[in-house]
Amino acid sequence: MSRILVRGGRVLDPSTDRDELADVLLESGRVVSVGPDLRVDDVEVIEAAGCWVVPGFIDLHSHLREPGQEYKEDIATGGRAAVAGGFTAVACMANTQPVNDDPATTDFIIDRARQDSPARVYPVAAATKGLEGRVMTEMAALVDAGAVAFSDDGKTIMDSGVMRHVLEYSRLVDAPVITHAEDRTLVADGVMNEGAVSTRLGLPGNPGIAEDVLVARDLMLAEFTEAHLHVAHVSTRGAVELIRRARDRGVHVTAEVAPHHLTLTDESVTGYDTHAKVAPPLRSEADRDACRAGLVDGTLDAIATDHAPHAQHEKEVDFVEAPPGMIGFETAAAVTLELVRSGDLTPLEWIRRLSTNPARILGRPGGSLGEGKTADVTIVDPERAWVYDPAKGCSKSRNSPWAGKSLTGRVVATLVEGRRVYDVERGPLT
Amino acid sequence: MSQPNLLGIEDLEPAEILRILDAAEHMVEIGHRAVKKVPTLRGRTIVNLFFEPSTRTRASFEIAGKRLSADVINFSPSSSSLKKSESILDTARTLDAMDPDAVVVRHGVAGVPKRVADVLSAPVINAGDGAHEHPTQALLDCFTVRQQKGRIDGLTVTIVGDILHSRVARSNIYAFLKLGAEVRVAAPPPMLPPHVEQMGVKAFTSLREALDGADVVMALRIQNERLAGAYFPSAREYSATFGLDRAKMRYAKDDAIVMHPGPVNRGVELSHDLADHRPSVILDQVRNGVALRMAVLYLYAGRRTADEG
Repeated sequence: MSRILVRGGRVLDPSTDRDELADVLLESGRVVSVGPDLRVDDVEVIEAAGCWVVPGFIDLHSHLREPGQEYKEDIATGGRAAVAGGFTAVACMANTQPVNDDPATTDFIIDRARQDSPARVYPVAAATKGLEGRVMTEMAALVDAGAVAFSDDGKTIMDSGVMRHVLEYSRLVDAPVITHAEDRTLVADGVMNEGAVSTRLGLPGNPGIAEDVLVARDLMLAEFTEAHLHVAHVSTRGAVELIRRARDRGVHVTAEVAPHHLTLTDESVTGYDTHAKVAPPLRSEADRDACRAGLVDGTLDAIATDHAPHAQHEKEVDFVEAPPGMIGFETAAAVTLELVRSGDLTPLEWIRRLSTNPARILGRPGGSLGEGKTADVTIVDPERAWVYDPAKGCSKSRNSPWAGKSLTGRVVATLVEGRRVYDVERGPLT
Repeated sequence: MSQPNLLGIEDLEPAEILRILDAAEHMVEIGHRAVKKVPTLRGRTIVNLFFEPSTRTRASFEIAGKRLSADVINFSPSSSSLKKSESILDTARTLDAMDPDAVVVRHGVAGVPKRVADVLSAPVINAGDGAHEHPTQALLDCFTVRQQKGRIDGLTVTIVGDILHSRVARSNIYAFLKLGAEVRVAAPPPMLPPHVEQMGVKAFTSLREALDGADVVMALRIQNERLAGAYFPSAREYSATFGLDRAKMRYAKDDAIVMHPGPVNRGVELSHDLADHRPSVILDQVRNGVALRMAVLYLYAGRRTADEG
């Protein structure tokens, strides 16, 4: 395998707290050395002056739609969109058709990813058969097949007894259980955040308490079972506070927050644009600010996109009928850099939440540019201004609230295992 | 009119509301003639695009359009082509290609008239969208109150019932506030929308307090599916606590009027005698509805005539 020298960038490596101008030498899929002015002959050079050179982003939460809904996305297009957004690895949720609840489906996803996806793909298997919340899946066999975590994401395990046993059993395989925490009975027919805006718009509200109640339950169950609970897409002030207190008590809980919950509010629903419909919904300003504060103080460990592609015709229906979700791979870096520009996060802490922490939560390689580590590298130009046009993006779908918006900060190159897989001028290289 | 579409009262200036009410005064007179027809919109096509079943509102719009000599087409995708999940924007684009002069839209979900208007070049009149707005209902209610009371400014208007799910409530809140009235809402707590006070109203869970000194009392319809116990225990308990009858009306002003957007659940929102007799003005509301919708069609669908010289 050829040697690549990433030259002259600002190297940000949270695993070693490195933040300095340096060159990075990659060889045979590994980081060989990092340091100022490395002198190397016979090497392919990537100029990174003015850019940040960071460990590849790792997304804890995405929907690649294959098998079953390839008209929305497939593992090839999803993988290309991932690397275009700087993600060198993505975890994909189990709500495919068929549901990823048996080892054959997990095998299929891994096999397809190996052939088609420039990004590493980590299947999250269903926690219960058919995502029905009743019978737990064969976790040991699924982990053997390559599943990295268990989740009924998209649905909530409403039966507390089932959730208890899922958490208990997960200790056998030492994999996190990811909860999509929304109490279905409190969500009722809600399609947007319940509050002053839903009152004005006349759309059925989904109250924040629906999330708080389930997060509280799952934290208590995690404490009781001593299992690793990971809370997906935290969106409420109450949930952030509950997780903070549980963490202080020593509960093994990790949590993620999505770019849209860090930057948008339910005001985005004004105009009834179905691209602003997502589950959990865009919340109030107070919730958004609490999510930001939680990400900053480490209560929320990771930024995860919840990349959820839907076809255009599926979003051109009324707000109740429209499926929830938005694509997020290609905008995540630019959108969340807002927290760096605002001074809430240092560049190093920003990368930690996009790379190092997700790697730790999944127990996978990555998240580090230390010598000998796997050469998954993302190069970001934090100042580059661009207008996001989903039609020119890599995802099959276009359902983004940032379509047509001016963004600042862009991934300019992505390397997976020392191989260039994306370049902003040339697009995906696979 | 400052905007091409009538999507909600929220978007209207007070002067625009008054302009519509004044235009409706002229239309009332047409309804009194032996031949109730004027040539104002002759050669114009108005489409009633009703995704949700409606008898009264559709009939009212249809009569209004026909009295203005427009060609009125009823298009009800819910009963014809539109399956669940069919693209509403596709329907709108199809309709747009037929070049109507105005499209009257009703849908069970908030926001659909707005999305349709984003695609259509013809003006869109909202005939009710989910729990969002029903602007022509509020306009005819204001018209009726002005007719009965001679003014709106300074009156106290109390709206009673399922505020949470009511587009009539929202449109009336905006309309009466813009015209200078005090607006109160009263409902069992689960039927009060969160933060409804931010709309500028006072919220009550005691009907007696809400009625104290009211000039206008508007009861809202409780949809049948909500009588079953999710928001209040039973129709009987609702009727006892929030149903209007002559005894409860004594808390309001002596000359207070009673309104209802119809159809009335007799014995639930209103007692029989209150529904049929003074101080109820329910049939005046229905009558005024035609004149008011004529005014709206004239002011919005007539625009294109003027624009095209």
